[in-house]
Amino acid sequence: MDSGETLPLSEQAEWSDVVPLTQDDGPNPVVPIAYKEEFRETMDYFRAIYFSDERSPRALRITEKALRVNSGNYTVMILRCFVECLILVLLSSSTVLKWEFDWKRLVLEELNHDLYGELEFIKSLANDNSKNYQLWHHRRWVAEKLGPDFAWKELDFTRRILSLDAKHYHAWSHRQWALRALGGWETELDYCHELLEADVFNNSAWNQRYYVITRSPSLGGLEAVRGSEVSYTVKAILANPENESSWRYLKALYKDDRESWISDPSVSSVCLSVLSRRDCFHVFALSTLLDLLCDGFRPTSEHRDSVKALANEEPDTNLANLVCTVLCRVDPIRANYWAWRKSKITVAM
Amino acid sequence: LLDPMADKLAADKHVRYILMAEKKKESFESVVMDHLRMNGAYWGLTTLDLLEKLGSVSVDEVVSWVMTCQHESGGFAGNTGHDPHILYTLSAVQILALFDKLNILDVGKVSNLHKLDIAKLQNEDGSFSGDMWGEVDTRFSYIAICCLSILKCLDKINVDKAVDYIVSCKNLDGGFGCTPGAESHAGQIFCCVGALAITGSLHRVDKDLLGWWLCERQVKSGGLNGRPEKQPDVCYSWWVLSSLIMIDRVHWIDKAKLVKFILDCQDMENGGISDRPDDAVDIFHTYFGVAGLSLLEYPGVKPIDPAYALPVDVINRILLTN
Repeated sequence: MDSGETLPLSEQAEWSDVVPLTQDDGPNPVVPIAYKEEFRETMDYFRAIYFSDERSPRALRITEKALRVNSGNYTVMILRCFVECLILVLLSSSTVLKWEFDWKRLVLEELNHDLYGELEFIKSLANDNSKNYQLWHHRRWVAEKLGPDFAWKELDFTRRILSLDAKHYHAWSHRQWALRALGGWETELDYCHELLEADVFNNSAWNQRYYVITRSPSLGGLEAVRGSEVSYTVKAILANPENESSWRYLKALYKDDRESWISDPSVSSVCLSVLSRRDCFHVFALSTLLDLLCDGFRPTSEHRDSVKALANEEPDTNLANLVCTVLCRVDPIRANYWAWRKSKITVAM
Repeated sequence: LLDPMADKLAADKHVRYILMAEKKKESFESVVMDHLRMNGAYWGLTTLDLLEKLGSVSVDEVVSWVMTCQHESGGFAGNTGHDPHILYTLSAVQILALFDKLNILDVGKVSNLHKLDIAKLQNEDGSFSGDMWGEVDTRFSYIAICCLSILKCLDKINVDKAVDYIVSCKNLDGGFGCTPGAESHAGQIFCCVGALAITGSLHRVDKDLLGWWLCERQVKSGGLNGRPEKQPDVCYSWWVLSSLIMIDRVHWIDKAKLVKFILDCQDMENGGISDRPDDAVDIFHTYFGVAGLSLLEYPGVKPIDPAYALPVDVINRILLTN
C-alpha cells in the first residue's frame, strides 16, 4: 500500500475535482453513530462517483474501497448481533453491499476490466462476508463471464468456504450452479465422499451426492449407480444408525421404483442388522421397516423377532402395528405422528 | 440453566424492548438495523400487534417514514435514501396493512408497483429474480406472490408457471430448496409452501412426506432446527411451524415442549428473545418467538396467519373487503 492511499481522499490530487456527497437521511434522520472518518469519507466520494455515473478506473478503486470499509463495518455488527442465523441472512443482509456490487459490475463492464482479478478481489472479501448474498451473486456474474475454462476456480472457491463451514447454504447453491453452468462434475462424487469422511452427518454433502448421481452427464443416471451407492450408504448406516441423512439417501436411491425398494435384500437386511443390535438408535431402522411394510414388503421371521425383542408391549400379530407401537415409545416427541401412521396401516401382516 | 421464572411469556418486557430498540438510534444494533430498517420495523410492529400493543406507536410517524422509503418506480427501500428492493417492498406493504393504511399507496404508484418491480421480475420458467441482475431464488417467488396477493393483483404474474417452478424445487424428502436440487431447508420450505398456500396450490405438496420431514426437525430440547443435524433456533419455530400449519400437520410435533423451548429463550429481565437459551436477544428472534407462540395458540397472543405472516384480523380485513 503506497503512502498516497493513507492520505484522506480530500487531500489526494487525483480526487481534487470531485465534490463528495454526504448521506441524505431524509426528513426523519436516523442519528448516525460516530462513523469512522475513513468510512464516512469513502462513502461520500463513492456517492459522488455513483451519482455522476463515472465509470473510470478510479471509480473502480473507490468502489473497492467502499466494499472493503462497508464489509468491515457490517461484518462486526452482523457477527455480534446475529451469530449463525441463516434465516436472518435470508431476509436482512440480502441487500447489504448490493449498491456497491451492482455498481462495480457496471464499471467493470464499461472498462472491460480483468475479471480474473475480480475473482481474487471477491475471495479477499469472502472470509468476512461469506453469508452475504450480494457477494455470491457478484461472484456468479463474474464466473459466468469467464466461462467453463474457469470452472475449477469456482469449485476451489466454494471448497475453501466449505472447509470453514461444511453446510454453508450459499456455497452449496453456488457450487451446484457452477457444475450446471460451467462443468467439473468428474471429481464431485469424490469431494462428497471427502466431506462425509470428515462428518458423515453432513446433510448438505448427502444432498450434493444425490445431486451428482441424478444430474451428472457422465455417470449414467440413478439406476446405473444404484448398486454401488447402496453399498456406500449401507456402510454409513451401519457405522451410525442414528444418521437421518443416510437413511433418507438410501430411500431416495429407489425413487419411483417401489418394487426394487421392497425386494432389494440390502435394504431389508440393513434394517435387520440395526434392529438386532442392543444399545443402538433404532428409530430410523424402525421407520424404514415400517415404510417397507406399508409398501408391500413381506417380512421374514427374523424381522418379526427383532421387533418383538424391542417391544415391551403386548405382541401384535400385525408387525406394522407393532413397529408403530414401539416407535411411539422410543420416539415420544413424535408420538402423534407414529399414532397416525398406525391408523393408516391397511396391510394385513 | 433453567430459569424458574421462564414458564410464562414476559409480554410487557418484550413490548418495552421493542419500543426501546426503536428509540435507541445510536446503539450498535441500530446501525445494523439502519440498512434493513423496513424489515426491522415489520418484525417489531407485528410483534407489538400480536401482543395487542400496536397502539404504543404513532401511526402517523411510522407511516410517513415508510412512505419516505418509496421510490419513483413504486418500490420501497430498506430505509430513507437507500435503493428499492422487493424484500423491503413486501415489508412496507405488510406494515401498511398492519395499520390499515394500504389505501395510502398512491393509485398511480400502486399500478407501477405491481407492474414494474414485481411482475417484471418473473422469468420465463416461472421463477422470480430479486432484481434486474437476475438472481433466482424461491424466496423471491414467495415475496412476489405474498405482496401481490395483499395488493390484490396476483393476476399481474403468471401464477401457473410460478407454481410449476416452485414445484420443480421439491425434493424427494418432500422439502424444498432455493433452486431445483438444492438441499431442503426450513426457510425455503416456508417460502415455497407459503406461496403455494396463497395461490391455492397446496395439493402440489406431499403433505404426509413433508409433514414428517418437518416434525423430524424437533430435537430433544423441544426446539426446532432447519435441516438435519443442525442446532435448534427459535426462528425455526416460525419457519417449520407455519409450514406444518399450512399443510395441517402441526399435531405431529410436541407443542408443549416447543412452547417451553421458546419461553426459555426469553430475557426475563430486559425483554427480547434470542435464538436459543442464554444467547443475546434481538428483534428478529423476538418476532419469530412471539409469532411461533401465536401459532401454538399461547394465551395473550393474537392469532397470526401462517402464510402471510400478519395477524389474522389484518388479513381478514384485507381479503374480505374490496
